[in-house]
Parts: sequence; structure tokens; C-alpha cells
Amino acid sequence: MTEIREVSVSELQHLVSERAAMGETMLLNMGPQHPSTHGVLRLLLELDGEIVVNCIPDIGFLHTGVEKNMEAKTYQKAEVMTDRLDYLNPLGNNLLYCLAVEKLAELDVPPRAQAIRVILAELTRINSHLVWLGTSGLDLAAMSLFLYCMREREKILDIFEMISGARMMTTYIRPGGLWRDVPAEFESAVRDFIKIMPDKIDEYEALLSNNELFIDRTKGIGVISTEDCIRYGITGPILRATGMAYDMRKVAPYSGYEQYDFDVPTYQGGDIYARYKVRVEEMRQSLRIIEQALDRLPYGPVRSNNRKFVPPPRSELGVSMESLIHHFKLWTEGFSVPKGGVYVAVESPRGELATYIESDGGPKPWRVRWHGPSFVNLQIMPLLTKGHFVADVVGIIGSIDIVLGDCDR
Amino acid sequence: MDEKLEQAVTAMEERFAARRDIFRDQVSLMIAPDRVIEAARTLRDEFGFNMLSDETAVDYWPQEEPRFHVIYVLRRMQPPYLLLMLRAPLNGNAPRIATMEKVFPNANWLEREIWDMFGIYFDGHSDMRRILMPYDWEGHPLRKDYPLGYEEVQFTFNFDEIDKRKSRPKE
Repeated sequence: MTEIREVSVSELQHLVSERAAMGETMLLNMGPQHPSTHGVLRLLLELDGEIVVNCIPDIGFLHTGVEKNMEAKTYQKAEVMTDRLDYLNPLGNNLLYCLAVEKLAELDVPPRAQAIRVILAELTRINSHLVWLGTSGLDLAAMSLFLYCMREREKILDIFEMISGARMMTTYIRPGGLWRDVPAEFESAVRDFIKIMPDKIDEYEALLSNNELFIDRTKGIGVISTEDCIRYGITGPILRATGMAYDMRKVAPYSGYEQYDFDVPTYQGGDIYARYKVRVEEMRQSLRIIEQALDRLPYGPVRSNNRKFVPPPRSELGVSMESLIHHFKLWTEGFSVPKGGVYVAVESPRGELATYIESDGGPKPWRVRWHGPSFVNLQIMPLLTKGHFVADVVGIIGSIDIVLGDCDR
Repeated sequence: MDEKLEQAVTAMEERFAARRDIFRDQVSLMIAPDRVIEAARTLRDEFGFNMLSDETAVDYWPQEEPRFHVIYVLRRMQPPYLLLMLRAPLNGNAPRIATMEKVFPNANWLEREIWDMFGIYFDGHSDMRRILMPYDWEGHPLRKDYPLGYEEVQFTFNFDEIDKRKSRPKE
């Protein structure tokens, strides 16, 4: 068997301080199997006693070659892989992929489909923030909060199951609209959820916002400035927690976000506490958007009528020859989009989620670049952790809200 | 096109011999690889494109020249919010280009990923290691001449047997 080469300290010498070579500081691995790294993330910590001198993130343990795989699949089949990237934001990933393909193919999307997309994207945002709140609270020893968050998240997953049959890997949003219309009980389920949710959010805040233990571990820790955020390409709640109201839904509205009335929550400080405040407030804003979208939910079709890209309804296959031909062509060869590349971005719960899809004019994408916010946000770990205690590293990882599936792709 | 964006694009065309290409209302500028760093610095300092949103590459193999494009996505983070793409074409199987790290520090990881996936080397980069693949991996997976699947999986029991059959890069 070929010998396994080990990385020596000398190869990482340019990353750690000179004191490490002298043996004054200690190098310590945190992860990849550490329970509070939120996945398979390895951090190489250089420690002076209990103080972090340097932090070198090592990623790639969850790399599954999704971008390469998508190049070998037709546009419809490649969409299925997008759910698996950021597994806390599956519908947001579907939405981004579909927006990019629709932009390439110049497809129209009916208003009903757009409104349902907004409702689902916001539900996914709440879902993701609930998991974040639960797990990062758990890291800071707020045990019961985790169970409360999972209890409410269950209701969202039930709604996803109702519309698509799957709780997490939905692939419900499709190029040109949706897979099918939502069932009749969808509206009442969502209304029930937005009715109970504000009280629950108040409950979470009552547990944490004025909690002495929580404030001690979060205020003034992991601070970053707006300028550093922009220099390092950081978006999402981390940027908004430094006081800058930058949100893709306002800056470059997609899927009809310009019709809804909502605020972009910001907070001053740029520390863990500020990020917590911003995310909790975002959940409230998401509820506002869902309520408006439900009130104005138009009736009508949920898929584009462009049969070159969108499969015809099942009922037409028995009576129309053209539909049968379209169906056959779409599910064997797939559809082709014009030659060219588009860069599309949406606001995911973690920041700017973007994709660059390039087409060579054939039925398979030539290149799909998936720009996950976790990848970018993780890069500032050295900046955030320097000079803090090892125990605070846990809180900081939680506060930048990474999903390793999104980071490693 | 937005007035501010028009100004920036015209300036790029005049000063850096860029070639504009508009597809679906998005502007991308083709710039010679040795001038792209200076162009990005000008865009950042004079036109307010202060964030590097994304940096990636595309492989056009088997097309020989240019085989790779490195794509930089720049964003203007104050009103009017704008997006501009720069594309630098690169020839050959072992291309090199200067690093963007000194203009935008977040290019560090993005360029490591490009090196890992496409084998484009960034001159002057502070930490040119693989980022996603294991450090002893051979080849660059997102290149179009890199096979996708249909290979026998290498486990401990058949490691040597498969290792013998593996093709080794010539360089």
C-alpha cells in the first residue's frame, strides 16, 4: 500500500506565528469530528495558553463534486443536486437555480408561482434560522432552546412534506414555475404557523436577550467592522449586524420581492449578540412577507406555458400529439438554452447565494459555479477569533452560521 | 445600461483595451490577463466596485486557445448597486496569472479553489495549497479532460492493484 504522507508543521509555517516553531505556542486541532463545529470543519488553532493566536480553517471534508456532476446532467436533472448543497435552505437553492435557468432561457413565470416561491423561500429562511438559533444556543449551553426551535421547525417541515412529499430534499421549484400547485390545505397550514410563530419568537428572546450568561458570552466577542466585511466579501446577517442594510431582496429584487413591504433589520456592534438580534428580527420580517404574500395570493397556473422548456400537464398527454412529443423530448434529451453565461444572486439565510451558469447551447450546463455564502464567511474565522478564548471559538463558529454542505459543495 | 456602469465600462475600454460583452443585461469585460489586476484596482478606487463577490474559472477544453477563462465578479456596495464581470483568457495546460489577493483579500480562498479545481496557478499568492480536495490529490477535477465516474473505487484491499493502472500526469 502506498504510504500516507503526513503534513508537517513546516508546510504550515507561513500560516502560524514564529513562536509556534519555538514551541512557545501550541497547535491544537479542533474538529473535524468536534460536535460544535456544525459539521465536518477542522480548525487548526494556535494557542498561547487559552488565548487563540491564530486560527486556520481546513475545509473540504464534505466535498462531493456537485459542480462536476451537474455538468454531466441535463438542466432538469441537475436541479436535484441543488437541494443537497445547503441542506438547511433547500427551497432557496432550488429558487436560485431556477432563476438562473429562467434568465438563460428567458422563461416567464406566472404570478401565482412567484408568490408561492416567495412564501416557501421565507419559510425556508425561518427554518434555517431556527436550526441556527437552536444549535448555536446549544453551543453556549442554552439547552432547552434547541428543543423549542426543533418543535417549531417541525411544522415547517410538515408544510414542505405536504407540498412536495419530501421534508428536506424538495426539488419543488422548477424552471418555469413549480412542480405542481399547492394542495388546498396549504394556506391554512401556513396561516396556523404564522399565527403561533410571533409568540414563539418572543419566547426565544425572553430566554436569551437579557440572559446574563448569554450576554457575557456574546457581547463584544467576534467583532468585525463594515469595512472588513466588504473587503472580505461578507454578506448576509454578518454584514447587517455591523449596521449596513444590504439585502439582495431590496437591492436587486427577484421573484416579486419588490411588491412586499418589509424592513431590513440591522444592529450595531458586529459581535455575536448583534448577529443574534439581526437573525431573530429577520424571522419576524419573514413572517410579515409570508402574510402579505398569502393575502394577495393570485389564482392561475403555476407553470409557464412554454412547452419547449416546461413539460405539459399529464392530462394532456392522452389527447394531444404535440404534448406527447414535447414530453418525450423534454424527458429524454432535455431542453437547450442559448449560449452564454449568467450570474444570478439571491439572499439566502446566510448571505448572498449566487450561481454562475454557463451554457454552450446544449442540453447540459457547460459550467455551474455555486457560490455558497458559508465558504466566503468562513474565511474571516482568523479575523474573528484572534485574541479570544478557545471557548469563544465555539460561539463564533455558531454565529457565522455555516453549513458545510454549502461550503464544500 | 446604468450611467455609472457605462462610465466604468467606457473607461475600461479606453485604458485597458477591454472588450465588452452584454448577455441578458449583464456586462462582462474581456481583459488581457496581465492587466486584470490593475483594472480591478481602478474599478475599486475610482468607480466604487469595492467587493469581489466571486472569482471562478471555466474550462473550454478541447478548444485549444484560450483554454481557460478566469472570471471576477465585482460588486458596487453603495447606491447605485452594480455588478460587473471581468474575464481573463488563459492559454495552455499549466496557466499562470497574478493574484487578486492584494486588491481583494477574500480572493485568497477563491483562488485556492480555482487552483485546486482547475490547476490555474496564481503568482504571488500567499498560501497556494489545495482547499477542497485532499492535499495529496492528483489532477484538477473540474477540468473537462478529467473523467467523471465509471471508475472502480479504490479501497484498502485493492489499492495497489488500481494504483498500477492509474495514468500519471506527464509533467
